[in-house]
Amino acid sequence: MMNVWKNVKIKRAFHQIRMEKFFKTSLVLIALSILILVISFLLTLVVQSMPSIKALGFGFLVGKTWDPVANVYGTYPFLLGTLLTSFLALLISIPFSFAIAIFLGEYFPRGWFSEFLKNSIELIAAVPSVIYGFWGLFVLVPLVRSLEIKLGVTPYGIGIFTSSVILAIMIIPYAASLGREMIRMVPSSLKEAAYSLGATRYEVIRAVILPYAKSGLMAGVLLSLGRALGETMAVTMVIGNTSLIPKSIFDPGNTMASVIANEFTEAASSLYLSSLIELGLVLFLVTVVINLIGKRIIKRFTTE
Amino acid sequence: MKIITTIKNVFFAALLLGVTGSITPGCNGNSGKESGSDSTSTASSGTNDDKTLLGAGSTFVYPLFSKQFSEYNKLTGLKINYQSIGSGGGILQLTNKTVDFGDSDAPLTEEQAQKMGVPVLHIPMCSGAVVISYNLPEVKDTLKISPEVLAEIYLGKITKWNDAKIAAINAGVKLPATPIVIAHRSDGSGTTNIFTDYLCKVNDEWKTKVGKGTSVNWPQGIGGKGNEGVAGLIKQTPGGIGYIELAYAVQNKMAYAKVQNKSGNYITPNIASTSAASNVQLPADSKIFLGNTDAADGYPISGFTWALIYQEQNYNNRSQERAQNVVKLLWWTIHDGQQFCQGLNYAPLSPAAVTVAENILKSATFNAKPLM
Repeated sequence: MMNVWKNVKIKRAFHQIRMEKFFKTSLVLIALSILILVISFLLTLVVQSMPSIKALGFGFLVGKTWDPVANVYGTYPFLLGTLLTSFLALLISIPFSFAIAIFLGEYFPRGWFSEFLKNSIELIAAVPSVIYGFWGLFVLVPLVRSLEIKLGVTPYGIGIFTSSVILAIMIIPYAASLGREMIRMVPSSLKEAAYSLGATRYEVIRAVILPYAKSGLMAGVLLSLGRALGETMAVTMVIGNTSLIPKSIFDPGNTMASVIANEFTEAASSLYLSSLIELGLVLFLVTVVINLIGKRIIKRFTTE
Repeated sequence: MKIITTIKNVFFAALLLGVTGSITPGCNGNSGKESGSDSTSTASSGTNDDKTLLGAGSTFVYPLFSKQFSEYNKLTGLKINYQSIGSGGGILQLTNKTVDFGDSDAPLTEEQAQKMGVPVLHIPMCSGAVVISYNLPEVKDTLKISPEVLAEIYLGKITKWNDAKIAAINAGVKLPATPIVIAHRSDGSGTTNIFTDYLCKVNDEWKTKVGKGTSVNWPQGIGGKGNEGVAGLIKQTPGGIGYIELAYAVQNKMAYAKVQNKSGNYITPNIASTSAASNVQLPADSKIFLGNTDAADGYPISGFTWALIYQEQNYNNRSQERAQNVVKLLWWTIHDGQQFCQGLNYAPLSPAAVTVAENILKSATFNAKPLM
């Protein structure tokens, strides 16, 4: 009787060990497959863009002409357009996303109104980007056009500025949601200590909450920047799609993602196709570089 | 803390899903492989199924093809699966021999023909016109445009609507001093190809500075995606001008200009004047851009769309029946199938074009023997 009981126990232990091993191996496998996926993304892009890298070299990055007829491909205007729209969008969105984060995190953390507001902001992130494009084309463009008429610039309506506004709206929820969570995680003992010393609410936010939640807020900003860099559909619809270099933020321009989306289907010559893929590679690298810089910034903020 | 535990839970659930997913093929890896090869064999039998033909290419011709192919299906029971992935994509798929026929709005370029390696037949399917649409609410009459004016607008030389050159050909029309806002396609497109080819033919500066293609380096203007994108830009911008497909302009009731042709006549773009444009002496292989036609009553900015097939139809172990089906289908589209053009605002082939197309189809072979 004892023996049988022991056997069962041993069997169970074996089973447990096997389960542990199996679980661990599958975890490693899944993690590895993600790594392999990213590396093969990069490899595919590099291999496919080889013809264009060979033919155009460094000129691809600094060239100012994108001429599929003459097979001359310079990505500078699109690189500029991508960075301009993304950073401008970030600049517009930060005040809103931080304000929402503070409001929902500190002033109204609970209650139906807070829930309602929170859900509507999350809804902003869930709306498909083509709908933003439509809205931009039919509502925002006429508004921007009348603004441009008042400012005395060519009233295109579409262009870098319009795309940045659309992008700003699209990326607000990312920084806002993360910021809200971070602000809510600030220990109440810290806040109460500040209050007991006679600090006003604004002073508590400025001196206690924001410094404490800084890394989280920055991470949210970074997340939204990543989103802005790669956004394609909404931008394509309102940016004007011209390969000319924009002279002001009201000029039409183009971004790397929207050039790829626009021209890929009908790219007939192999150098053209390869150049579009290299454009994808550049976009990939820009995103990686910005992410790395962002991580560095967050690290510095948190260790300080 | 609560959030972290929620995240943990979600993560764990996702992991479990992943694990069960990875177990299933792990436990019975053989059956997984078998089912994999099963699905590929059905895919390949799909292509070998002689009752279904595969085509891919131009988006321009897609509405016409879907109408024609569904009618053909009623007549013969033959199914045709056409993917409108763009001319470039269609050519690529034909090069890879994954479809029975491609469709392109431009003849193969030298590079593309070289990649194909063997002769490819171009069979004209119908033609389409590209119209010049504009947004001038003040102007009630139909605007007239000459090739010279059009090229100079797109080169950025004429910048105001009341320019003397526009006024000279539009006597009696009161033109506003609005600046001209140029719209063009931002996506690679056969429409752009037809339009820029026309500008090359009528203006030397355009030919040397810009050239022709599905995408070009536009000296001026803003880009919209697709016909709807360009149409949207024109509609929204007072003083806007742009080129769009005739069918799209008609369906959306947009204003479009009469364009002066080679013979000096101002021609309203419509189905009749587009068909007339192809009623000229055509080369035997039909590979010609119709822009700036010699026909006196022809609208000058138009072009064919071509179905592309290999001249030698015996490749990839295709059956003769399959090859026969392809040729028969195309024969039907250039004859009985043409009746569906008008309703969808495509221009039917002119008598001259039908004769040329017939001769090209007759040159298709199977094992070097003619199929027709």
